[in-house]
Amino acid sequence: MSVLVNKNSKIVVQGITGRAGLFHTRQCREYGTNVVAGVTPGKGGTVIEGIPVFDTVEEAVGETGADVSMIFVPPPGAADAVLEAAAAGIGLAVCITEGIPVRDMVLVKRKLQETATVMIGPNCPGIITPGECKVGIMPGDIHKKGRIGVVSRSGTLTYEAVKQLSVIGLGQSTCIGIGGDSIIGMNFIDSLRLFNEDPETEGVFMIGEIGGGAEEEAALWIRENMKKPVAAFIAGRTAPPGKRMGHAGAIVSGGKGKAEDKIRTLQECGVMVAASPAQLGETMVRVMK
Amino acid sequence: MNIHEYQAKEILRSYGIPVPRGRVALKADQVQRTAREMGGRCVVKAQIYAGGRGKAGGVRLVANPDEALLAAKDLFGKTLVTPQTGPDGLIVRRILVEEAVEIAREFYLSITLDRQTSRYCVIASAEGGMEIEALAEKSPEKIHILTIDPYIGLRPYQARKLALALGMTGRLCEECVALITNLYRCCLEKDCTLVEINPLVITKADWLLAMDAKVNFDDNALFRHPEYPDMTDLSQIDPLEITAGEFDLSYIKLKGNIGCMVNGAGLAMATLDMLSEYGGAPANFLDVGGGATRDRVAEAFKIILGDPDVRGVFVNIFGGIMRCDVIAEGVIAAASEVGCTLPIVVRMDGTLVEEGKRLLDESDLNVKFTHDLAEGVESIVGMVGKSSD
Repeated sequence: MSVLVNKNSKIVVQGITGRAGLFHTRQCREYGTNVVAGVTPGKGGTVIEGIPVFDTVEEAVGETGADVSMIFVPPPGAADAVLEAAAAGIGLAVCITEGIPVRDMVLVKRKLQETATVMIGPNCPGIITPGECKVGIMPGDIHKKGRIGVVSRSGTLTYEAVKQLSVIGLGQSTCIGIGGDSIIGMNFIDSLRLFNEDPETEGVFMIGEIGGGAEEEAALWIRENMKKPVAAFIAGRTAPPGKRMGHAGAIVSGGKGKAEDKIRTLQECGVMVAASPAQLGETMVRVMK
Repeated sequence: MNIHEYQAKEILRSYGIPVPRGRVALKADQVQRTAREMGGRCVVKAQIYAGGRGKAGGVRLVANPDEALLAAKDLFGKTLVTPQTGPDGLIVRRILVEEAVEIAREFYLSITLDRQTSRYCVIASAEGGMEIEALAEKSPEKIHILTIDPYIGLRPYQARKLALALGMTGRLCEECVALITNLYRCCLEKDCTLVEINPLVITKADWLLAMDAKVNFDDNALFRHPEYPDMTDLSQIDPLEITAGEFDLSYIKLKGNIGCMVNGAGLAMATLDMLSEYGGAPANFLDVGGGATRDRVAEAFKIILGDPDVRGVFVNIFGGIMRCDVIAEGVIAAASEVGCTLPIVVRMDGTLVEEGKRLLDESDLNVKFTHDLAEGVESIVGMVGKSSD
């Protein structure tokens, strides 16, 4: 077991012929991921690195039985790519693309409410079940099959956590990079819910950062529902206020967004928060005792 | 992306939203001339990329063109410090001259993204003029929020309910309905993350008017709006941030003396936190991104060294897709080009880290290498000194 992806997952890569798409398709295959198809409109019928390319996701699914999509389509077409994956019945759409307009994602998010498709991202490193399946841009070799579920809004900070968990001997069951945008598919709570039910996951490490109120919501959910120990880290304690946050944006989430509020809420809900990014692994070990 | 009030008002006007008559000026005599055209009595408003101008003396009501000239002479080139500018403030290069309006009532109105629902929402209040954050703290019950279903958009009946809740009736209510629906159309078509009218007023002559306006564009949507970059007033942005933008680097100038180069926004933020925790003071936030090239790393390094406050540089890279040898090459190229003699601590881990270490060791730079994050932070703070020293 693990969550969302495993050795049986069949991957279709949307945007497979682009520079990033092709590079990471190779990396994922080297890791052992079963990439069964690619999609690039206008290049249907061709073969790249032994992988058949289709014009549409629907054809790719029909011909190969792909059930997970990894999306590298550039921002102008990325929202369309997610909608296409959903329309083709893809169960999990992992959108790596960074820089998709908010207006496009508002519509995508609305449409996904009516479908069974789960979206991870956008603007995320993807998802990996160590030793089985890597769908994303994370370096595979720092991961180690193990007991901790990792969920994070950040990319490189996740690698930091993963490496520490590997070195310290805990390893990871599945790592989900939910993405750094203001509109994302799966959130912390969705991920925690899956980890809670996964027999291979014995504890969860979550990595948050300033902005929005997702960490606080997750903290309250953990207090009510989580059966396994959770440790966390929040980045941005010393970030200058007002630099990136919208003006009225903060008010709808009730004045939330500051790192100190997130840390306090997590601690109040029984989550141990690592004091520094150098102590992520140690903190996890402490809560697992 | 930020724009000035006068530009925001031009956009609102193009969507049929009533704004005061006015014109922007770059010189004091233009201000005087415009004031004369307005009939003498008018408002002189400093244009900076921050709110809170009124309390900082950036908005002046003048009685005649001569007073307008005096106000303009005083404001042009002046640095305004408001709660939103930071301690250094922003310099006034443009002034908006507007007709003076007799105000009967003030409201707050904005449309922005609600992250919780992933939808746009309209925020309105009959308590205009004050900052919405302050109002949310003091009396949240006075704020009306309407979440918009993107499938059906913002419907007139919803806007009407909002207008009625603000206490508008009859003709004014219907005008307000049109204004709110036009504002939503503007928000979508112009790809805004925020459109804010504060205050929206009813004048003594009983007309609706957007007295102040703020528009933020979605940076991710710039490809749909090639005209936006030209609207930027570069005088309002730190020059190093401008250069960084040209190379697609995410850079924010801070107050300290330790230059930072990190890959990934989350790790960059965490690195700043850690430096502060160890008593150091970061000079900047800089994310070189996941797939940076040697040249981009070199540019990033030069931008860091372009800050005269920098006394040492901390490089923190977790090489995944980004190879450590590429980072090392970029750092070496940039440091030799500008003749950098400052202490540099490089903490690298991940792909090809040994190769990166070898390159740095063989260079003539004053550089210390480490695998360990805590050790790296401690070293650079030790070399540069604590912020209180």
